[in-house]
Amino acid sequence: MDMIKLTIDNREVEVPKGTTILKAAQGMGIDIPTLCHFELNNLGVHNRPGGCRICVVEVAGRRNLAPACVTECMPDMVVRTNSMRVINARRTVLELILSDHPADCLQCAKNGNCELQDLAVRFGIRKNPFIGPEHSQSSYQIEVSPSIIRDMNKCVMCRRCETMCNEMQTVGALSAIERGFPAVVSTAFNQHLDHSPCTFCGQCVAVCPVGALTEVDHTGAVLRAIVDPNKKTVVQVAPAVRVAIGEEFGMEPGTIATGKLTAALKALGFDYVFDTDWSADLTIMEEGTELIGRLTKYLGGDKSVPLPILTSCCPAWVNFFEHQFPEMRDLPSTAKSPQQMFGAIAKSYFAEKIGIKREDMISVSVMPCLAKKYEVGRDEFKVNGNPDVDYSISTRELARLIKMANIDFKSLPDAEFDSPLGQSTGAAVIFGTTGGVIEAAVRTAYEVITKKPLPKIDFEELRGLEGVRSATIDVDGLKLNIGIAHGLKNARKLLEDIKAGKCQFHAIEIMACPGGCIDGAGQPLHHGNADIIKARWEAIYRADREMPIRKSHENPSIQAIYKEFLGEPCGHKSHELLHTHYFDRQTTVEVDLNK
Amino acid sequence: MDNKKIIIKMKPEVREKVIEICNNFNNNPGELINVLHQTQDFLGYLPAEVQELIAERLHMPTAKVYGVVSFYAFFTMTPKGKYPVSVCMGTACYVRGGEKILDAFKKELGVEVGETDAKGIFSLTSLRCVGACGLAPVCLVDGKVYGRLAPAMVKDIVKEYRDKE
Repeated sequence: MDMIKLTIDNREVEVPKGTTILKAAQGMGIDIPTLCHFELNNLGVHNRPGGCRICVVEVAGRRNLAPACVTECMPDMVVRTNSMRVINARRTVLELILSDHPADCLQCAKNGNCELQDLAVRFGIRKNPFIGPEHSQSSYQIEVSPSIIRDMNKCVMCRRCETMCNEMQTVGALSAIERGFPAVVSTAFNQHLDHSPCTFCGQCVAVCPVGALTEVDHTGAVLRAIVDPNKKTVVQVAPAVRVAIGEEFGMEPGTIATGKLTAALKALGFDYVFDTDWSADLTIMEEGTELIGRLTKYLGGDKSVPLPILTSCCPAWVNFFEHQFPEMRDLPSTAKSPQQMFGAIAKSYFAEKIGIKREDMISVSVMPCLAKKYEVGRDEFKVNGNPDVDYSISTRELARLIKMANIDFKSLPDAEFDSPLGQSTGAAVIFGTTGGVIEAAVRTAYEVITKKPLPKIDFEELRGLEGVRSATIDVDGLKLNIGIAHGLKNARKLLEDIKAGKCQFHAIEIMACPGGCIDGAGQPLHHGNADIIKARWEAIYRADREMPIRKSHENPSIQAIYKEFLGEPCGHKSHELLHTHYFDRQTTVEVDLNK
Repeated sequence: MDNKKIIIKMKPEVREKVIEICNNFNNNPGELINVLHQTQDFLGYLPAEVQELIAERLHMPTAKVYGVVSFYAFFTMTPKGKYPVSVCMGTACYVRGGEKILDAFKKELGVEVGETDAKGIFSLTSLRCVGACGLAPVCLVDGKVYGRLAPAMVKDIVKEYRDKE
């Protein structure tokens, strides 16, 4: 590799050719402020528009200051990152950005977690000479969709959201539009997100440095439900939440906080604290049975069976194929997501068990996800207008509730989930990361097909953070070809292969967010630190190893509900409660010949 | 269930022509601006359904196409009138009262810049220099140049075209 020698702040440094000044300086422990720049290296995410100019540095021999994030190191370059000229320029840049930004930080959803606010603190901005007369700032209407709030007055045009939507997810809902003051990131024809191909994956929200993109907040509604004496509240917690929520309370990334999380939910006053892991095990019973069913038919000679079977746990992924590949909507498993399976069981089986009407139960889910907020509102998940899950709140919203309620999370004694919808297995907890759903399915499918115990529970070949992975699992002579994709760009690759008839897979797992749910848009903000995602990923597999039971079909509480209530997996009752169907939501171009 | 189907309200020959323009540029997304130019030359404007079609042909998000259309002042989503009026706001025309000419047209036609009147007869835009600075201030109506203008002359110019209708 070609190496380059240069001087930064009077120190000599050697870096590989192609390294930016920003990277080189970071490697030397020099902190250059950034705003638009964003990278998640091991997940292949890069946003480097060089647009905000907060990172400018002085390069000897150049007339103008250079943006460190997009300027490559050159041999014998002499760089100053902290001269008065640089500091003054950065301050002016910041004042100009702030001159077109509302100053209502106290009431902003990102208050205390905002990169622009941090910069204003760092540069000690007090009076801004560039603030014009009243109403001289750009003004856009706040738009509320089921998952995402767009308050574009706060947009700083870093365009991270646009990069996520177009390059990472290939959804193409967002683009920069207009110019000058009206310039903003928006949808085609400035339409509502509902009328765009948006999947509500929320990765735009996860990377927004300011309060322009935030989640729809249900904390108030959840609190009201908890204190309402006429309502019974039931809460479920998704697997990825337990390995991330600790971060909100200063715990190390990758801390498994299941016990404290359960205790906090009880302290908040939920009547029943259950686990989405329980319904993840249920999902494996249904989805696994469906996989075995389709495979058996296919191997028996019926080539019309829709294969490969695609997982259906991720609501953003469901939106993606409904919008972009509706002609393939017979491929995904018809199994509902664990959130919706839980909701359906809670408001039928469990409501009956405790003797209340479904209308008197408020079912809440805590999810690492924003698309789940959209999913709970889908018509097919309601009975007479009453949703199976009333409110889906994110990991961040739960942390806010816990802080609001003055609960000292770190010192809570561990608690256990309630029975009967709280018992789960290691197979369920790995649903929280890419590769986990399919590994859980394989653990069960192997034993059901072969009727022999698994020689080894850990399928290392299915794990990892590469965007597209594949493995062949030997199920007692039957070669099962598995594909895995995370990030919708990678999902698109696999779907296009299927369309072109180039796909050899029997089953494919897809999660919309890079890394899977551990990096879901509802998780504590990582501000571009990919190590945090890695730590959560490791914690998921650690949590699996620590479980006494690690295969879904061995969960006694799952076995019991089939015996007592559901009958057989994929049976009549299951189909009624645990399966769904998909729609064509493509925005199509059609010619109206009558005109 | 809301399927969000967009029914294109365009004539089949318009559709054919737009597809032909895209094909002439090999449906290359890098040629978007050229495709938009030729399409607007042919159609006079770039309605939403045409942008949808171009996005589909060039395999790019409609949002990106709209991003480019909304960025450049030259591209318009409003159909032009039968007689497009363009008032020069270049430096020479501006200092000789171009803005007053523009205001007179706004008043006479009852439209703002970028708009078309209700009957689709006149549309009003401003432009930067037609290379006739010696005649400043100037305007163009349906391609014909009118020079050494004064606001009082605007009424007669408009009448000339109204009488044709």
